[in-house]
Amino acid sequence: MALRELSSLEKFLGLKKPNKYSTQGDKKVPVLQSNNDPALVGLVTIACHLVKEAKRPELLGDSAESRAVVQQWLEHRVTKLDGCTKEDVKTVLKDFNLYLQDKVYLAGNQFTLADIFMYYGIHSLIVELAIQEKEQYMNVTRWFDHIQHYPGIRHHLPPVAVLRNRIYTGRHH
Amino acid sequence: MKLFVSEGNPHCLKVLAALEVTGAKCDVQYVNHEERVVPFLSRPALPALLLPSGLHLFSSNAICRYLFEVNGQDSSELCNQWLEWEATELQPALLQALHMAVLQGKGSEVSKVLQGPLNYLDQSLSKKNTPYLTGEAVSVADVVLWAALYPILSDSSLALGDRKSVKIWFDHGAAMHSLQCAAQKVLQGKGLQGMKSYMQKQPAPQSSQCRDTQPCNSSPAESEEGERLVSEEEIEAAALTWSKSLNACPLVANRQHPILPQEGKRNLLVTSALPYVNNVPHLGNIIGCVLSADVFSRYGRLRDWNVLFVCGTDEYGTATENKAREEGLTPQQICDKYHAVHSSIYKWFQIDFDYFGRTTTEKQTEIFSGDSTSTGFLVEDTVEQLRCESCQRFLADRFVEGTCPHCSYPEARGDQCDKCGRLINAVELREPQCKVCRQTPVIRSSKHLFLDLPKLETQLEQWLDKSTSTGDWTANAKQITRSWLRDGLKPRCITRDLKWGTPVPHPDFKEKVFYVWFDAPIGYLSITANYTDKWETWWKNPHQVELYNFMAKDNVPFHSVVFPCSLLGAQDNYTLVNHLVATEYLNYEDTKFSKSRGVGVFGDMAKDTGIPSDVWRFYLLVRASRGTGFSLLLGRHGYEKQL
Repeated sequence: MALRELSSLEKFLGLKKPNKYSTQGDKKVPVLQSNNDPALVGLVTIACHLVKEAKRPELLGDSAESRAVVQQWLEHRVTKLDGCTKEDVKTVLKDFNLYLQDKVYLAGNQFTLADIFMYYGIHSLIVELAIQEKEQYMNVTRWFDHIQHYPGIRHHLPPVAVLRNRIYTGRHH
Repeated sequence: MKLFVSEGNPHCLKVLAALEVTGAKCDVQYVNHEERVVPFLSRPALPALLLPSGLHLFSSNAICRYLFEVNGQDSSELCNQWLEWEATELQPALLQALHMAVLQGKGSEVSKVLQGPLNYLDQSLSKKNTPYLTGEAVSVADVVLWAALYPILSDSSLALGDRKSVKIWFDHGAAMHSLQCAAQKVLQGKGLQGMKSYMQKQPAPQSSQCRDTQPCNSSPAESEEGERLVSEEEIEAAALTWSKSLNACPLVANRQHPILPQEGKRNLLVTSALPYVNNVPHLGNIIGCVLSADVFSRYGRLRDWNVLFVCGTDEYGTATENKAREEGLTPQQICDKYHAVHSSIYKWFQIDFDYFGRTTTEKQTEIFSGDSTSTGFLVEDTVEQLRCESCQRFLADRFVEGTCPHCSYPEARGDQCDKCGRLINAVELREPQCKVCRQTPVIRSSKHLFLDLPKLETQLEQWLDKSTSTGDWTANAKQITRSWLRDGLKPRCITRDLKWGTPVPHPDFKEKVFYVWFDAPIGYLSITANYTDKWETWWKNPHQVELYNFMAKDNVPFHSVVFPCSLLGAQDNYTLVNHLVATEYLNYEDTKFSKSRGVGVFGDMAKDTGIPSDVWRFYLLVRASRGTGFSLLLGRHGYEKQL
C-alpha cells in the first residue's frame, strides 16, 4: 500500500523517472535505494525527499509553524491512523472533524503533503461510512471530497461518492 | 507561545530538553495529566505547544522540530528518518516496556521488548561512527531519542545488555546539562517510578503479537478477495495475447445438442435460478441472474469449456394459483401463457440458454419418486395451518397476508416477510387475512412431511467447507449461508395442502403437493431430463461436473442449504453446487422491484423503448458490477453517459 502511495505521489509531483522501492521488516516499511546517497527508510521520510526532489518545498509548509503542523499530521498518519482499531475509528474521525472546522486544508489555507497522505490513509475508513455518517463528520467529508478532486491526487484510489444522489455527480456545478 | 507539560510524562522530557538545548523563548505551564489543552482532541494529549498563530501542536516530535527550526537548525533527511523511526518503531516498544517496568513490575522482560529497536540503533551508530546520530553536531534527532530512551537507559536495574555504540552515544547526551535539567523536571529524581501516575492513565498497550490482527485500517489489498500481485512475465504474456486479437483464439465449435460431459474437458453445468412464471420478467430478474449466467456461459464457451446452460420457468406454487384466479384461467393456462412470455423476452435479450424448460412436466414427478422420499431423512409431523372456512381450504404462503411477527411490517406474506426478509410460517403472522375473501382464517391441524435438515447438517457442512473454499462463491452468498448455519438448522416442511403442485408420491399424502421451494430446485433436474435422457451424466456426476448456480441473493439459502440437503438425503451421488454466484438487488429508483406488486421496468417495456437489447445488457451489467445494491436510474442520460 505504501509503495502505491509513493508511486501516486511521484505522478502528482511530475517526477519523470519512477523510483524503485523495496520494503523491510514485517511492517513493510518502504525503502528508497539510490546510487549515490544512503538508503532512505520510512514513508514520511521518502515522501518529503520526493517533494524536495521535485522542487516543491511549499508542499511541506511555507513557515516554521506550518512545517511543524505538516510533520505532525504526517506522523499522525503513520502512528495513529494506520492500524487504528475499530474502537478508535470514531474518536479519530471525531477529532479530525473538529480540527477541520475552521480550516480548508490541514495546514490552514495551504495545500500540503499532509493533506495528500492523510487522504490516502483515511480513504479506507471513509469508504466504509454510510451517507448519514459522512454527513455527521461534515468537515472531514468536505475536506475529503476537496482533496480527492484535487488534480492529480486520486490516482490509485477509487472515488468515494459523498452526495446522496448520484445522478448529479460530475454534472453538478 | 506556550508549552504545556505534565510531570511524570515521559514525552515531556523531549520537549523540555529541546527547549533547553535551543534556548528558545517560551512560557511553560505545568498541568495535570487529564487536562485537555488541545481543543479538538477528545483525549488529553501532552505535551502540547500553543503556537503564536493560535494553532496547537500535539506531537512531541513536531514540537521539538519546531523549536529547533525557530532556533535556526533545520532537520536534515536523516533527521527526518530517525524521527519517523522513533515514532513508528521505538515508541510502541517503549510504551510497552514502560508499562511493564512501571506498572507490572516486570523489569526483567523489558529487555526482550526493546531488543529489536536497540539493536537497530546500535548497528546504525556503529556503522556511521560519528558521535551523534546525524554527524558531528547535536541534532533534533539526538535530543528526541535521548529523551525518549532516558528513563529506560538511565535505570541501571533494567538489564538491557551491552551495546557499546548506544552507550557511548547515550552518555554524550546524559552528560548534557539540558537533558539532565529536563529529566529532573519531569521525573523529579524518582526515576521510572516518577512516571507511575502518568502510566496509570494511559490505555494498556497492545502486545506486539496481537498488533496486526485487529487494525481495521489495514491496506485494502489485504481484504477477503485478496489482490494477486502480477509478475512482469504475466503482464507481458497478457499483452502479447491481447495484441494477437481474436483471430488467434481457438474457434468456438458449433454446438451439438445434446451437450454431455466430456472426458478431458472442463464440464460446467450452469443454472440460473428459475424465474417464477407468474408475470412478465422485470429487469431485476434479468440481471440477477439470467444475464449474469448468460455472460458467464458465453465466456466459458469461448474458453472452450464444455458448458451446459439450463433454465426454465418455475410454475408450481400458490402465486400461480392466485394469478390464475385473477385472470380467470386455470393454472395450467396461466403457465402456458407466461412461459411463452418469458421465453420471448429472454430471446430478445439474447440470453443464450442451451435449454429453457418448465417445471410442470412429468419428469418432475418421476424424479421425485426416486428422491429423498425413500431414504429416512423425511419426518412426518402434524402442522397447524391457517384454514379459511369461507373458501373451504387450507391457506398457505401467498394466500395469507398479515403483520410480520419479527419486524411488524403490515404486508408480510405467509412465507417470507418482504421487509426484513425472514422466512416465516403463515401461522406466525399477526392479524392474518385470507387474500381472497379477507376473512380471518382459523388454525387447523394437518399432517405434513419434513426434511430432516438437522440430521443432514454434518454432511452439509462438510460439503460446504470444501465448496466454499475451493469454488467461486460470492461474498454475500458465503455470508448468508454462514448465518443460516449459525442460526441452527431446523426441519423444514416440504409439503402443502394445495392442488397446483408436484403430487407427493406417498399414500398418506395423496391430497398434498410439494412446497414450491422444495420442488423448484428439482426443476433443474427435470428440465435437464427434458433436454436429454442422459441427464444423470450431469446431475449424478460430481467428479466430472462443476455446478454453477446463479441467483439473486434472496435465493441463496435454498441453493446452499435446502437443495444440497435434499440431494444428500437421497444418497444417490448427486452433483452438488461448486460455485454460487449471488447478485444483489436491483432497485427501481429506491424501492425493490416486485412482480407481485407491479413495481419496476418489465421486459416487454424494455423492448418497446426501441433501445437495442445489447445496450440494455451492457447497462445492466455495468450497474451490477458496482457491488452492493444498485439502482436503476431511468432517463436517456443514464446510458448515454456510460456509452
